[in-house]
Amino acid sequence: MIGKLFSTCLPYILSGISVGGQYALIAIGYTMVYGILRLINFAHGDIFMVAGLIMVYSNVALTPLFMNMGLSAGSAFIVSIISSVVIVLVLTVILGLTIEKAAYRPLRNAPRMSVMISAIGVSYLIQNAAIYITGGLAKPYPASGAAMPWLSDQITIGSTSIKRVTVITPILTILLVVALVLLIKKTKIGMAMRAVSKDFRTSRLMGIEVNNVISVTFFIGSFLAAVGSLLYFTNYASVTPTSGAMPGLKAFVAAVFGGIGSVPGAVVGAFIIGICENILKGLDNILSTAGVFKDGFTFGFATFSDAFTFILLIVILCVKPTGLFGEKNTDKV
Amino acid sequence: MSNNILEINNLSVSYGGIKAVKGVTIEVPEGSIVTLIGANGAGKSTILRTICGLEKTKTGSIKFLGEEILGKPANYIVAKGITLVPEGRCIFPNLTVLENLKIGAYLRKDSIEDDINYVFSLFPRLREREWQLAGTLSGGEQQMLAVGRALMAKPKLLMMDEPSLGLAPLIVKDIFSIIKTINDRSITVLLIEQNANMALQVADIAYVLETGSVTMTGKGRELLEDERIKEAYLGKKKQ
Repeated sequence: MIGKLFSTCLPYILSGISVGGQYALIAIGYTMVYGILRLINFAHGDIFMVAGLIMVYSNVALTPLFMNMGLSAGSAFIVSIISSVVIVLVLTVILGLTIEKAAYRPLRNAPRMSVMISAIGVSYLIQNAAIYITGGLAKPYPASGAAMPWLSDQITIGSTSIKRVTVITPILTILLVVALVLLIKKTKIGMAMRAVSKDFRTSRLMGIEVNNVISVTFFIGSFLAAVGSLLYFTNYASVTPTSGAMPGLKAFVAAVFGGIGSVPGAVVGAFIIGICENILKGLDNILSTAGVFKDGFTFGFATFSDAFTFILLIVILCVKPTGLFGEKNTDKV
Repeated sequence: MSNNILEINNLSVSYGGIKAVKGVTIEVPEGSIVTLIGANGAGKSTILRTICGLEKTKTGSIKFLGEEILGKPANYIVAKGITLVPEGRCIFPNLTVLENLKIGAYLRKDSIEDDINYVFSLFPRLREREWQLAGTLSGGEQQMLAVGRALMAKPKLLMMDEPSLGLAPLIVKDIFSIIKTINDRSITVLLIEQNANMALQVADIAYVLETGSVTMTGKGRELLEDERIKEAYLGKKKQ
């Protein structure tokens, strides 16, 4: 009985951990930018979506190119995917840095509300540019389905069969987060980031170029969003111009839950939200297996999996606005 | 005069139409202690911040070792050898004591081990608290840390903005004796103080600022005896 219950729960928990890892990679971008600029970068979810579109277009463009160079269709696709991954990472980072330079840097001494409005504007600009380019159509993601040879392979854990990407995601996430925390705690640039997050003016007196430190923050945030995008869309069939909105919002909730401004907080928050959401998706199934729901009765918990995240947001903001690991003196936005 | 490390000429700075500094000329000889005294709002802090490159202005000139530094970015000026101990300490509370010292040497590429030890020898209290977050230090310890942090850049000119602000009289004495010690290491000191008595005692040269202009200048000891200064800044009643 217990064994059966466990094997029913396991796939939901595993995919929860995986989704949590993807949220974590996005949430870090929110939380780091907030930590330094006290700005909620509303365009972050859209950067994530653009990373998905870049993958689509880059792969479509490169596969025939490699085939013309004499590779077979299969290997041309693989080479194209690998080079597309590099292109996605590079272009997404460039996009993040450009947004910072064009939309946020000129407002450095403006009231915070102005920067926030600018961020909302950038978000809509990106979404609409994406609608213009894609024609509003869903673009099939190349790495999804059976076509992607390695990440989408089925592997077996216990009695559960899942995609390999489900296992890779949390491992990669943890590795990246550990690397990031070491960067922040142990390196000179990390020290400068912590200093700048407290006091721009005194940081300048130390000879720190504040704008460069902010650029590094956006670099890291966009890079992790690009990695998150690669992992996230591998599980989905297509990218649409609004694909970034929902994961972006959930990652934002994760960042608030963990305590915005704190990197470990964002990661913990993201994993909790990812796992809870997925368990909720399977709760009917789990309760039937446990014998609580009998004769094929279902409640339809899965319908509420999105709502759960936002109810959580409301509860946190009411009960503990600083989140799990947040600083005490967070200003209101 | 070629032995001036810093020459400020006819400097004016304004904030949104209000002139905070009006045509100030100040000379700081190499190896000296120079103090600017004056009431609140006289423009003292503005002058220091302008030297550091934190305030922008187009009128006047600031020459450091003969080179025009007005309009240069702050990191350039730090690299040239000017550091500021800001008003209110402004240590980084979320960094440890040691990290605060290291960040003072942010632009340096050489080994900073000796300088950390030098700062710890000046302020043994800091060595005891090396791993503590700087935000947990007392006001006096934070001031020591702020001075130590400014020394870590190996400055030729050390500027201090109100180092005695909000500190107990005993600590203020300590800080001023440290200023002397630092100056003995041939670091020029430019000091702003409201505590005119202490400042004039250590200063070789003093400038009196009133609402953005220099109204008096002279040797520190001489000004200490000046009737007008006594009346305005040292709290002595008119006979």
